[in-house]
Amino acid sequence: MNGNPAAAPLLRLEQVVAGYAAPVVGPISCSIQAGDVLGLWGTNGSGKSTLLNAIADAARIFSGRIERAPGLTLFYQEQRPVRLPAMPLTGRDLLRCAAVPAHRQPPGSLSHHLDRRIDRLSGGQYQLLCVWAALAGSAELVLLDEPTNNLDPEHERLLALLLAQPPAHRDDRRAVLLVSHERAFLESVCSRVLELIQ
Amino acid sequence: MNWEIYADPLFRLPFAAGLLIAGVLPVLGALLMLREEWLAALGLAHLAAAGALLGLAVGAPAMLGASLGALGGGAVKSLGGARGNTAYGFMILIGWSTLLLAAANTSAGDAVGQAVMDGQLYFAGWTELAAAVLLTGLAVTALPRLMPQLLRARFFPRHDTANRLPGWRWHLGFDLLAAFGVAVGTATLGLLGAFALVLVPAWAAFRIAPGWAWTLWLAGFIGVAAYLAAFVLALGLDQPFGPTLAAVCLALGGLIGALSRPAQGRGGA
Repeated sequence: MNGNPAAAPLLRLEQVVAGYAAPVVGPISCSIQAGDVLGLWGTNGSGKSTLLNAIADAARIFSGRIERAPGLTLFYQEQRPVRLPAMPLTGRDLLRCAAVPAHRQPPGSLSHHLDRRIDRLSGGQYQLLCVWAALAGSAELVLLDEPTNNLDPEHERLLALLLAQPPAHRDDRRAVLLVSHERAFLESVCSRVLELIQ
Repeated sequence: MNWEIYADPLFRLPFAAGLLIAGVLPVLGALLMLREEWLAALGLAHLAAAGALLGLAVGAPAMLGASLGALGGGAVKSLGGARGNTAYGFMILIGWSTLLLAAANTSAGDAVGQAVMDGQLYFAGWTELAAAVLLTGLAVTALPRLMPQLLRARFFPRHDTANRLPGWRWHLGFDLLAAFGVAVGTATLGLLGAFALVLVPAWAAFRIAPGWAWTLWLAGFIGVAAYLAAFVLALGLDQPFGPTLAAVCLALGGLIGALSRPAQGRGGA
């Protein structure tokens, strides 16, 4: 490792074994650099979400260690976005919650939904808006858990477009760790793909 | 209807205290509804009523007892993790049984207990007005800081843990503010009058508001409008204030509910 902070990894996992009451996943070692879009692929039950939870301090680490870059900021978009019976917020309100700068417009058809109430969006539209909230803010490491769930091919293309957008500011360092069981999607949008073997 | 009664100086303090509360409680109600914790307000109102009566039994002002009762409930809810319908059901039962037992076994308790249930706004004085001003000041100061954190925690619940932020601070802050609001409302407007102001304006605003800022303004507006109508009706027709306020809230809410399109229609792109 050199002394350039920009070249230091944002996150480093060393022989991490994680789980809840008992270990679920690991040992795993990897590192994530700024600019990475790292895909994590595995079958159902292989521990993909558990690993994200461990990185986000929401699961127990049995052995090994997770090292974060000093002051690292995270945004964790869970597998199922929070959906309430009534949500009187517009898409713009939701982005404001996520501290997305007002001038950042989402690409494609997503920008048409900013002034609509989020409880009147379809599941796919709402999911993509949540992904954009994660990507367009100032978080340096974005964790996305199964963002392709419930998306039709058109929305999947829009998701790929969102992932290709640059960070909020040109000098910002950002990496994405993306969990999915759709191998083809990961291969098409990620710079690297790790495979979790159960 | 006797119109001269509205000019009576006797009712100025109660009117001002109630007006402030009617503007604040619906805003707190909107946040409670977004957190799916509106039933907590009923639990806190029962604890406040019981606290008011227990306070009187030991010679403390009703407002102090109500505040301590509700704040205790709010702190337990926040720090003890007592959330969810089961916890709020227990809060209601504890408050209700304490309230009625204290009413039955203390001097003048029965009358005071009935007053808390009825909502005798017209007995409000400087203490209630001071508490309402304090509540308004706290809400105006704290909510702009708490709101972004609470909304983010609601829609992105992993954020605080993932970033190692002390999320408990703003949850506790809001829980205590809501508990104090419900306590002041209960001691001034009565138990179910305060609960109606928390629940109904927020419910109606959730149905028709096009966005979050509108939700807060509409809830406050509906609360104040219901309060003004209830004040005029209860005083003019010599009715107990709490039930009149609840009835007006329900009438307004029902009207809005009937005229509005339900906030469903997911997938209606």
